[in-house]
Amino acid sequence: MTAGSERVVERLFFAAAFVSAFVTVFIFGFLVYYGLPLFSGGRFIEILSSPWAPHQGSFGIYPMIVGTLAISMLAMVFAFPLSMGCAILISVVSRGRLSKVIRKVVEAMTGIPTVVYGFVGIFLLIPLVRNVFDAGSGMCVLSASLMLAVLVSPTMILFFCDSFDRVPRSYGHAVLALGGTRIQQFLHVTLPCSWPGIVVAVTLALGRAVGDTLIALMIAGNAVQVPGSVFDSARTLTSHIALVFAADNESLEFKAIFACGVSLYLFTTILVLIIRLAVHERGKCGQVR
Amino acid sequence: MRSRILMLLGAAIFFMTFSTSAMASDLDSFKGEKGEIKIAGGTAHIPVMKEAARRIMTLSPDVQISIAGGGSGVGIKQAGEGLVDIGNSGKKPSEDEISRYGLHLFQWAIDGVAVIVNPANKVRALTQQQVADIYTGKISNWKDVGGVDKQINLYTRDEASGTREVFWNQALKKGEIAANANFSVSNGAMKAAISQDPFAIGYVSVGHIDESVAAVAFDGVIPSRETVKEGKYSIARGLYSCTKGAPAGLTKKFLEYLFTEEGQQIVVEQGFIAVK
Repeated sequence: MTAGSERVVERLFFAAAFVSAFVTVFIFGFLVYYGLPLFSGGRFIEILSSPWAPHQGSFGIYPMIVGTLAISMLAMVFAFPLSMGCAILISVVSRGRLSKVIRKVVEAMTGIPTVVYGFVGIFLLIPLVRNVFDAGSGMCVLSASLMLAVLVSPTMILFFCDSFDRVPRSYGHAVLALGGTRIQQFLHVTLPCSWPGIVVAVTLALGRAVGDTLIALMIAGNAVQVPGSVFDSARTLTSHIALVFAADNESLEFKAIFACGVSLYLFTTILVLIIRLAVHERGKCGQVR
Repeated sequence: MRSRILMLLGAAIFFMTFSTSAMASDLDSFKGEKGEIKIAGGTAHIPVMKEAARRIMTLSPDVQISIAGGGSGVGIKQAGEGLVDIGNSGKKPSEDEISRYGLHLFQWAIDGVAVIVNPANKVRALTQQQVADIYTGKISNWKDVGGVDKQINLYTRDEASGTREVFWNQALKKGEIAANANFSVSNGAMKAAISQDPFAIGYVSVGHIDESVAAVAFDGVIPSRETVKEGKYSIARGLYSCTKGAPAGLTKKFLEYLFTEEGQQIVVEQGFIAVK
């Protein structure tokens, strides 16, 4: 490759990077600009903390913020152990054919559209939750987060596996040579060394759980209330945008969804920052202990 | 061998001409047409739209008709902004919307909005007061209205729904809806939810009622095409299609088709009340 063509390629990559970064900033600017009437005069805090009652002139999104947090966090609580266990099975415990088959299945799962999960949720999970717990309609925080856990798990599993596989074999061999078991090898070498990969996987999965619309829209029930228990119907910020988006453009309801957009944006940004810091704190492989 | 093929071909051509001429009908104006019609909005309208589109596209394969839901609010908005050719609405757009967007309205059917419960539920009649009390949360157990001792699971529709607006105005008399009500995004989704939940109550367009859900008599009147038509059943509304400005070309033909004898027959077949 000549120096000239190399420069062209370099420019192209730079352009790609610039465009994607610019779009992100641009979207934030767009949201803030349209939400401006709501943010001026300290009303932003009011919107974040008050209830949604359009007929009484209150356009707060507090119930939706709580709903989003509850559903996505609970989903992570279900998904993390599940994914960790599955990844350990694939990359550590079994390295034969079984592991390959499971891996293929997980890879296939990443491509399933969320609407399919939504349907499965409506016809299988919701009646199950309703009958087992005998609480309400079955459209609730618990159902949505169980389904979301299934949605985000494949991504986490594959990331976990990749980061386990990236740990140099020689490290593991050293443990075995010292008489350590496979489990000790995993707990004391593989796991600490793959810490950054695990954090990235969790960030991505949490981002997906927070940002997913359809599952919560179809399964969580969408009631505008602060959920008091996991069996209560709840609405996420994303479902709220989807539900209110259809309202008249000129109405205050419509304008309030820009506040939802900004909150979602800030929420994921803060999340990513916190997790980045956490990775920094823990240091890199080789410096552990 | 060759003559046989020719004969078959001849028969086929004869049959095709014959069958099309036998169908000589309100669809004729679509013959040889090509183009696209984009439709979105009210979900109560969808069965009629689909059937009309199916007939048109069978006759003229070059015509593409896409039908999306979204709710009446979406229909009005997208038609007004020129995103779709026809925006459906289950409520009359406000004067402000009509003048702001320059909408033309076509009301091609009348529809009732019925209170529905799961077929397993024995409650089959409610008064207006009971329905309103159930929706505000004042009555929260089925035993208070003659059912089993189970909590009532409320289902409602989103703000963009025309069905919701009609129900809220006429059945709830603009009363409050309890915060714990679940939200469904279309008539279809509402029906699916109610048919799955034995302790649910919800409301759908009368045209959407089938054996998977049970309609509840409202103030003693069972919601059906007949009772809505006779004016006995009070929760009723028009089904509208809106266009930005006067419709032209294919869009115009599509709307005209809805008002023909055949179009109105589709309306009736799908459980709505014809306007002609």
